[in-house]
Amino acid sequence: MRKNVGLKIGIFLLLKGLRMLTLLVAICLISFLLIKNSPIDPIQAYIGADMLKVGPEQREKIAEYWGLNEPVMVQFLNWGSALLQGDLGNSMTYRRPVADIIGERFLNSLVLMLTAWILSGMIGFIMGVVSAMKKDTWIDRMIKWYCYTLASTPTFWMGLLMLIVFAVWLGWFPIGLGVPAGVLAEDVTIADRIEHLVLPAITLSIIGVANVALHTRQKLIDVLSSDYVLFARARGERGFTLFWRHGLRNVALPAITLQFAAFSELFGGAVLAEQVFSYPGLGQATVEAGLRGDVPLLLGLVIFSTFFVFAGNLIADLIYYIVDPRTRESRML
Amino acid sequence: MIPSLKVKNKEQKMKLFSLNRRQRTLLTILFFAIFLITVVIVGAVLDKDLIATNLIERNLAPSLDHLFGTDWLGRDMFTRTIMGLSLSIGVGMIGAVGSTLIALTLGMAAATMGKVADRVISWLIDLFLSVPHLVTLILIAFALGGGFKGIVMGLMLTHWPSLARVIRAEVMQIRSAEYVQISQQMGKSRWWIAIHHILPHLTPQVLIGFMLLFPHVILHEAAVTFIGLGLSPHEPAIGIILSESMKYLSAGMWWLAFFPGFCLLIIVQAFDRIGENLRLLIDPTKSNN
Repeated sequence: MRKNVGLKIGIFLLLKGLRMLTLLVAICLISFLLIKNSPIDPIQAYIGADMLKVGPEQREKIAEYWGLNEPVMVQFLNWGSALLQGDLGNSMTYRRPVADIIGERFLNSLVLMLTAWILSGMIGFIMGVVSAMKKDTWIDRMIKWYCYTLASTPTFWMGLLMLIVFAVWLGWFPIGLGVPAGVLAEDVTIADRIEHLVLPAITLSIIGVANVALHTRQKLIDVLSSDYVLFARARGERGFTLFWRHGLRNVALPAITLQFAAFSELFGGAVLAEQVFSYPGLGQATVEAGLRGDVPLLLGLVIFSTFFVFAGNLIADLIYYIVDPRTRESRML
Repeated sequence: MIPSLKVKNKEQKMKLFSLNRRQRTLLTILFFAIFLITVVIVGAVLDKDLIATNLIERNLAPSLDHLFGTDWLGRDMFTRTIMGLSLSIGVGMIGAVGSTLIALTLGMAAATMGKVADRVISWLIDLFLSVPHLVTLILIAFALGGGFKGIVMGLMLTHWPSLARVIRAEVMQIRSAEYVQISQQMGKSRWWIAIHHILPHLTPQVLIGFMLLFPHVILHEAAVTFIGLGLSPHEPAIGIILSESMKYLSAGMWWLAFFPGFCLLIIVQAFDRIGENLRLLIDPTKSNN
């Protein structure tokens, strides 16, 4: 029996992996073609303000160096084969390997996203539970109103508000960046980093709460209207004990999976929050790559974010598959 | 006995408004629709001279003359905001219409054109959902060189997948209905069935989906413009206003960011309300609770 489950999960993972592979190849091809068709000339974007100093021969040399003169499909194959060997190419603006930049930026982003992810998950879950247990009271109405309002709040505006209130008016936190300006990299302490992390993380958490809270509320209301809860109530259970014994396990699983499946929105939110707070993470790198026409970096980031989202979805699926025996029975891939 | 008592209480409460729920829902929709239309018309009619540079009245805090204050070039922020909102709604309109059309076409095709088409379209939906929305938008905006065309195409191409899924499921359900099968037996072609039997049933879903797409499209438009890959800096777009305001926040000019963003929030909420109320009105499974 046990072996069987392991085998099934193996097959499940294999099929998922195959699907991911086709998607990834397609994404690589499509984004490559899209970027190659862009009217933003990479050489022009690279040269920038030095336009007058660079002659046509030098442009020709740059084009040759980057392999821009060859047909698009040859370029794609070159890039693709390098990619398979783990080489994402060199960033045009940073003049360093893309993989290095992504790795370094991802560490920054990871701290930010993880903090926001955990905070929003926990707060959202608690809000959802409170709101469902106190259904139709003022607190439920407050939470619902809060969630609906936040669902239509622009993330970057929220970030700006946080900046105005906490950085400009109260002066509690620095205005931006990941580390203090004018301090050597070795001298930056962890406290400094945390200080710079607080505002973006709170911004992301405030926005991220809505989804989990509303979902948990709906699920718990469903659970509370079931027969076994009615029976438990008849036995005299109520309040927290009732929730602890009969509600928690039923609503925790969907909430956790939802949180994992929301990696895509988390990434999008991080892009905006990092832009507002000039936090040196992946999101800011994406924006810069787009604005400056740094093709290898942009491609690398697209692929990386795909992996990120896919990992989230896969974990969500796996949790459902392993923890909840009901989904294992008739699972269709 | 107690439940019936409760129902009576509720009825009495409703009578205070002397409207039933359907009427109230309709009224809400009407109210928000009129509000949005007013914003669009005012934004289109407003004189461009009002946002001309006026260096005498620079950096003013909100007052009766300038409801939202003025910026560092002395432009009236209220006028800029309304124009920006009107532009946002316009762009949102094009994006939402485009997305809905794509979703409708692909959803219908997936459900009626056989297994292979279904596979391909499901795969396409997965493809678009597997990259973060904002990253796709940046990519497409970059590929088309930014500007109005880039952002509109990006918005159209990124918002259809979830609606396409809903439509596909809906069509699957209708397709197995008896009257469709009888129609098939009578020798009607696929196209005839699709247009005469399936499409009419989809209207409510598509309408609701369309209205609920709006908020997303508008927010994403503002976000991409804010980043700097969207509309050009000459346009009075909300994203532009907000990204410009960032330079002046540390000088304490909070009104530059607060009011435009708040207005955007209200517009998005208005669309959301219309969508939700429309769903209450049209969707039979929701109209009874």
